[in-house]
Amino acid sequence: METMVELDGLSKHFGPFVAVDGINLKVSKGEVLGFLGQNGAGKSTTMRMVAGFLTPTSGTAKVCGHDVATDPVQVKSLLGYMAEGSPSYEDMTVRAFLTFIAEVRGLSGLAAQVRIEDVVTKIKLEDVIDRPIDVLSKGYKRRVGLAQAILHDPPVLILDEPTDGLDPNQKHHVRTLIEDMAAEKAIIVSTHILEEVEAVCTRAVIIGNGKLLADGTSEELLRYLPEHNAIHIVVAPEVAFEAATNLQRAANISDVTQVIREDGATEIRCAPNNGADILDAVGTVLRDNAIPYSQLFKNRGDLDSVFRQITAGGPTDA
Amino acid sequence: MRNLWIIAKRELHGYFTTPMAFVFIAIFVAMTGAFTFYIGRFFDRGQASLETFFSFHPWLYLLLVPAVAMRLWSEERKSGTIEQLLTLPITTTDAVLGKFLAAWLFCGIALVSTFPIWVTVSYLGDPDHGVIGLSYIGSFLMAGAFLSIGACMSALTRNQIIAFIAAAAVCFVFTMSGLDLVLNFFRTWAPLFLVDVIAASSFLVRFESVTRGVIEFRDVVFFLSMMAFWLFATTVAVDAKKAA
Repeated sequence: METMVELDGLSKHFGPFVAVDGINLKVSKGEVLGFLGQNGAGKSTTMRMVAGFLTPTSGTAKVCGHDVATDPVQVKSLLGYMAEGSPSYEDMTVRAFLTFIAEVRGLSGLAAQVRIEDVVTKIKLEDVIDRPIDVLSKGYKRRVGLAQAILHDPPVLILDEPTDGLDPNQKHHVRTLIEDMAAEKAIIVSTHILEEVEAVCTRAVIIGNGKLLADGTSEELLRYLPEHNAIHIVVAPEVAFEAATNLQRAANISDVTQVIREDGATEIRCAPNNGADILDAVGTVLRDNAIPYSQLFKNRGDLDSVFRQITAGGPTDA
Repeated sequence: MRNLWIIAKRELHGYFTTPMAFVFIAIFVAMTGAFTFYIGRFFDRGQASLETFFSFHPWLYLLLVPAVAMRLWSEERKSGTIEQLLTLPITTTDAVLGKFLAAWLFCGIALVSTFPIWVTVSYLGDPDHGVIGLSYIGSFLMAGAFLSIGACMSALTRNQIIAFIAAAAVCFVFTMSGLDLVLNFFRTWAPLFLVDVIAASSFLVRFESVTRGVIEFRDVVFFLSMMAFWLFATTVAVDAKKAA
């Protein structure tokens, strides 16, 4: 796969404060990379360096092979960037603002008008196109930010919290837009909404205190959890002891715990070795010993838990 | 060059979407008139010239030009739009020059709006139109020099009030530097050539000859190099904030 964005030892210091600390990262065409981290972890700072708004203290950021430090205008022309909060010139109408962006991006005349119409339809801005940006709702403002980022159909998109402050329908719409563009581009999306990662991202990285803490698909990240792929079985209390004893002997099961549920039944939790799939093993034990059960389910764990586990101990505020 | 004009156009458009532009122009025209007729005793002088009109320009600019310049960068930084601007495929120089050009053209529009006074003096007497034309050009150049100082101050802070006061203070020093008030402060310790340099960089002294219709090549060079210097400093300030 073609590497579109490449960060090599990228660091940013603000005086004595280290905001970003030696990040190495590659993003290829077709990837949607989720950029996760607590507030103040260094997500926005990293994105701003790639977009050419901040100069790195050390390390390099390259977009399509061009170094942002030596070739900033080229990098900026290849990049669609939506800053956090999508600041835009609020005294302008949506049309005037997008026309300005189109001109700066080298589109003019009919080509610019066609492209603006196209993007406006895609992002559903038709209703507000002639209104000044400062009277728009947060959702529309965010969409204007997205529209200016994709106006020149850039090969690389960097979106800093594109769904922040949107209602569920708007979030869904933005995610659909990202999915539609994904195949042709390399997209980096920062968020702290973890469901978003599972919904749109092909891969995610977790950043804490300016360092890259984890990098993988959401499935790979879930393996950080000890309870990932654990099997939960609900049985009657009479057979709980027998079931637990037999399960303990099965291959690849590292730990078996019992919990009495509110309804009086017993829930047996079987944790796997290294996230292995133990569904078959558990099934076999239950069948061979003819143990009746009322429920059986696999616990995938969730990214929130992964996030908490990986970033625990970090600062809790920005 | 193309980008520069796109930036300037957007910026200029921004001036006129708010009442600010009209308020500014109205006040500028009203004040030049008031100064000329009341303080300058335009009628009592009985001369068909605009010398008094132009002689108040440095003082008006001292107050009004920093007000135009203060928002140039401070506002972008405060509202966050600077992130939008500086991540577009333009150079910092494009942005600095484009924004300056818009503000300068705006000052030009305000200056042109004072034309009724030229009409008045032509109606009442027979002024030297060449002198008045040159004075307008000189005044426009001086406005650019004031503005470039203001742009630089605005790039240094996100607070428009601080930008205004700092710009007014620096402009004041440059306006007054030919007078003893400023020069005596330097004479006590600075070498003679430095005192001469300071005296020579006075807007007031430079502009005085302009109001008499004498616009020398070196005065033009002086105002243009002031602009070049302060705009270069603005570029450095904007880039320095990126690296901070």
